[in-house]
Amino acid sequence: MMRSLSITPAKCTGCLQCEMACSYENEGVFNPAKSRIKVFVFEHEGRNVPYTCTQCADAWCKNACPTEAIQINAATGAKVINEGLCVGCKVCTIACPFGTVNYNHATGKVIKCDLCGGDPACAKACPTQAITYIDADWTGYDKMRGWAARTDTQSAAQV
Amino acid sequence: MGWHKKVLRVNLTDGSCNAEPLNMQWAAEYLGQRGLATKYLLEEIDPKVDPLSPENKLIIATGPLTGTMASTGGRFSVITKGALTGAIACSNSGGYFGAELKFAGWDMIIFEGRALSPVYLLIKDDSVELLPADDLWGKSVWETDEILHRRHQDPQLRVAAIGQSGEQGVLFACVVNDLHRAAGRSGVGTVMGSKNLKAVAVRGTQGVKVKDPARFMRVVAEKKQILAENAVTGQGLPTYGTQVLMNVINEVGALPTNNAIDVQFNGASKISGEAMHEVRASDGKSNLVANKACFGCTIACGRISKMDQTHYTVVNRPEYWGASGGLEYEAAWALGAATGVDDLEALTFANFICNEQAFDPITFGSTLGAAMELYEMGLISDAETGGTALKFGSAEALTKMAELVGKGEGFGKVLGLGSKRLCEKYGHPELSMSVKGQEFPAYDPRGIQGMGLTYATSNRGACHLRSYTVASEILGIPEKTDPLATEGKAGLVKAFQDATAAVDSTGLCLFTTFAWSLDDFQPQVDAACDGEWSLERLSEVGERIWNMERQFNLAAGFTGKDDTLPKRLLKDAAKTGPAQGRVNGLDQMLPEYYQLRGWDNAGVPTRETLSKLGL
Amino acid sequence: MRYAIIGAGPSGVVAAETLRARDAQAEIVIVGGEAEPAYSRMAIPYLLAGQIDETGTYLRHTPDHFDKLGIRMVQEQVSTVDTDARRLLLSNGSSLDFDRLLIASGSHPVKPPVAGLDQPAIHHCWTLADARHIAKYASPDSRVVLMGAGFIGSIIMEALVRRKVRLTLVEKADRMVPRMMDQTAGNLIKQWCIGQGVDVRTSTQVDAIDTDPSGSARYLLRTTPSGVIPADLVVVATGVRPTIGFLQGSAIETRLGVLVDDHLQTSVEGIYAAGDVCEGFDWNTGARAIHAIQPVAAETGRLAALNMSGCRTVYTGSLGMNVLDSIGLISTSFGQWQGIDGGDQTQLLDESGYRYIKLQFEEDRLIGAITLGTTEHVGVIRGLIQSRTQLGAWRQRLIRDPSRVMEAYLANAQ
Repeated sequence: MMRSLSITPAKCTGCLQCEMACSYENEGVFNPAKSRIKVFVFEHEGRNVPYTCTQCADAWCKNACPTEAIQINAATGAKVINEGLCVGCKVCTIACPFGTVNYNHATGKVIKCDLCGGDPACAKACPTQAITYIDADWTGYDKMRGWAARTDTQSAAQV
Repeated sequence: MGWHKKVLRVNLTDGSCNAEPLNMQWAAEYLGQRGLATKYLLEEIDPKVDPLSPENKLIIATGPLTGTMASTGGRFSVITKGALTGAIACSNSGGYFGAELKFAGWDMIIFEGRALSPVYLLIKDDSVELLPADDLWGKSVWETDEILHRRHQDPQLRVAAIGQSGEQGVLFACVVNDLHRAAGRSGVGTVMGSKNLKAVAVRGTQGVKVKDPARFMRVVAEKKQILAENAVTGQGLPTYGTQVLMNVINEVGALPTNNAIDVQFNGASKISGEAMHEVRASDGKSNLVANKACFGCTIACGRISKMDQTHYTVVNRPEYWGASGGLEYEAAWALGAATGVDDLEALTFANFICNEQAFDPITFGSTLGAAMELYEMGLISDAETGGTALKFGSAEALTKMAELVGKGEGFGKVLGLGSKRLCEKYGHPELSMSVKGQEFPAYDPRGIQGMGLTYATSNRGACHLRSYTVASEILGIPEKTDPLATEGKAGLVKAFQDATAAVDSTGLCLFTTFAWSLDDFQPQVDAACDGEWSLERLSEVGERIWNMERQFNLAAGFTGKDDTLPKRLLKDAAKTGPAQGRVNGLDQMLPEYYQLRGWDNAGVPTRETLSKLGL
Repeated sequence: MRYAIIGAGPSGVVAAETLRARDAQAEIVIVGGEAEPAYSRMAIPYLLAGQIDETGTYLRHTPDHFDKLGIRMVQEQVSTVDTDARRLLLSNGSSLDFDRLLIASGSHPVKPPVAGLDQPAIHHCWTLADARHIAKYASPDSRVVLMGAGFIGSIIMEALVRRKVRLTLVEKADRMVPRMMDQTAGNLIKQWCIGQGVDVRTSTQVDAIDTDPSGSARYLLRTTPSGVIPADLVVVATGVRPTIGFLQGSAIETRLGVLVDDHLQTSVEGIYAAGDVCEGFDWNTGARAIHAIQPVAAETGRLAALNMSGCRTVYTGSLGMNVLDSIGLISTSFGQWQGIDGGDQTQLLDESGYRYIKLQFEEDRLIGAITLGTTEHVGVIRGLIQSRTQLGAWRQRLIRDPSRVMEAYLANAQ
């Protein structure tokens, strides 16, 4: 069974442990600026919303990449950046309608969530289970997919 | 590691901003944040300076664990000579600002001098600029925050600022960061205002590294588990915030009420953490909207509240309808019990104003309580207050005065002096519920004896956050002691003071100590910081800091005579509750405390003590 | 079924792969005009900058990728398309029969009307062959004039700067990247590039290129009003045009590019077009438009293949968008960044901080944007535009502070 990150904003307290866990896992340093998951704080509503790549079926980033630097990990379904092939053209950062591929100035490459190879550090670090890693069928991703469908104005069918 | 080993020195007089290496010898002796910054201050200023003169300095300091994955690792402190007290001031805050400063590559910022005209400091990693703030002067913290985000087009920018109160010289102004987290006490915001420094805005992308990452990750995970499983940090604080205490403290008869005339408040349950959860009749919603964690915190005691839109304070003011920082226990006490006001929405509004205009709700509420007593004695007139009747229990008086203090206008200017100066002005200094010029908070020393010694000996003036013996005397942490007994409290206070000084120097939050002892901090510090950090060394750092702060105060002109309490606590017995008939037995605790500290009878550290601590 | 695809760029390759995924049995042939493996023009600047080698420009990296998929690669120019016979005539005289055809021949650089362009050391920067030439001449400290500061010119600029040449950039228009950036942003990019050591001359026309009689430089460019500029190498990047020459005389209707309908089919049934060559529709206005950009190339390639293989899928138009890194200053533009009559716009400008954001609205929907100096989560601008999200209360919040676009997106998406 393929698993996915499931996010429940109502449970998020905005502590950013996920961002630190992510940056530590991927960059070896505590640095939210380099995190692949971001918590957005809606001050006036008292809401905190963690947000990262949904590994969407459309894979806008992958399709837009001119050098095949975004590939699918067969085990996890994650769209993964191959740093060796990424030239840093940033086309994926504008192609992804979810805004979850970001450019890393320090390396000149893009970064995105790769599900930590199947054991996401953010989910492990979350103290309130606002982020969990569960069977894909249970993630409520239908909502995200619905959203994706609104953006996906071109394809009625999936290959 | 842990530290970036880099200090930013900003001379506001000549506008220069320079990086310099952190004094690692001092870091080894004082760790960081509270301890290390106080060391810098003591070395760099004459403790006798006027706190509001350019000769005073203001230090914003992080700890070595700030910006790490240790739970609550987002703390920073503002260290200066206090405007309210003239004593050493060190006010601790959470939110996101401290971690961001660390991510930008700085351990601390030292501000010196005074800018000719208003400025703010913009930090983007290594790039540091002082920019004109003439257009921000006269703006609230909330407006300043919004303007700076817009101006620099960066939603992730973290801003610490003063409000109008700090500009206008209200002596208990705070520095508020992330809209509603505050370095709250002793008037650190007033000092910032006196320097014409409106705000510090920071964005950091460099991150923080630790000495032994693998060990650090293992240890912090273990320690987070302890917090999660502890009844206070795992349940009580997340559910009710610090407001979990309102009903508890009222029941033990230690809730100072109406300027500490009483020790129990009839309206306590109406302003309690439980009340914040209740559904309002008016709009069918509860005051509390959500929990909010500061950076890195796995406890999340912060409260986010929304006002009742039909409440008289906000009925035509939609700018106050959004969610914002709600009542913490000490604020609820000060704005409520200390003034006899039991209108939760009025308290919430006053609390919003305290955040928006950056002033300390504890000193404000206590000062207003004193003013109410003076008013009821007929010593303050309606003409002076602008027609507002300062009666105990008046929500209108509370909210009106909060707005006036926020702007430093009208009678708000008088209240802005703090209770000590205000009561002196009206000829009744004994009515100020303060020690060393600073008002004590929400625990009546007649009902919790250890807190009397805590207040009397606190280096920054009366305060609960220097030795929170409530933990032991009421909550039984680490072990239960009798709140009505004075025996053993000297030792308890000293132990708590030293441990707290160490904790406040790590970058972590004191609230973890409901679940953690120094033994739990030690392996986290040791895995993060260069050098060997044993438990003994950490304890010694705490004691060294305490004595250093004491030295600052002695040099500033304080003496053992200032280690006392308001007469009311020593002479007027509690009228109700478990402590009925009791006063605080400070005289039974203080001599033993001096002795345990290795201080002479006048409260001066002996040469032996100082040399033992390397001072 | 026999599918032929003209063009071995991203659009053609994505189309071929999509066809294969849909039909395991079909015959699929890609006819590419260059004697190179399928590669990405977008990667050429990074090759020039020395960040990658030639294999780094390849569209697919698995050896035998196309063989394994049973996609035949033919390296020949197409001379003509015989729509009646369903046959391609190739430049080597051979022919290729097809049942369905995709025209994904891309575009080619335009030569400006300047005397003296046909000399050595004067090159477009379009193909791998061009890149090899430029690399030969663009040595450290050589004097290089880059003609054209459009999107492509600006990307090449970065590569040339990395090669440490002494660079002069000459642009006819009054600002850099005029078709992607407004005056404010274009000027800021210019200022930035000047600060990075590039001699940027906007509103400057190259009149002629002469050899330098003194021999101190290879060429002298006569320009108005900048006078004479010496150069050891001239790179010409003054625009591109759809490659449709081989369609002359065929029944396939063309204008600037190949006209397609709302299923990417050309005027001839069974013949489709995708990528730079295809003149489709602007996604928002519905007007005829060519969006010669990588994401559109990939998307239309995939979409055309779906339609060719019998999965009827509507093409609702293409959204123009670009991201540009000008020596470290990153800018993006999306959709109708110029705005529309009667639509609201909002902007924030921090000139000294090189930050700028401008949003364009139609009623309470976002229809276009420009950003400068920020890259974080910029993709949501596309998400907001293309999902036609009605922003409600967030419209006013964005007008007040357009930098909160990510929050606006989340507030509406979640």
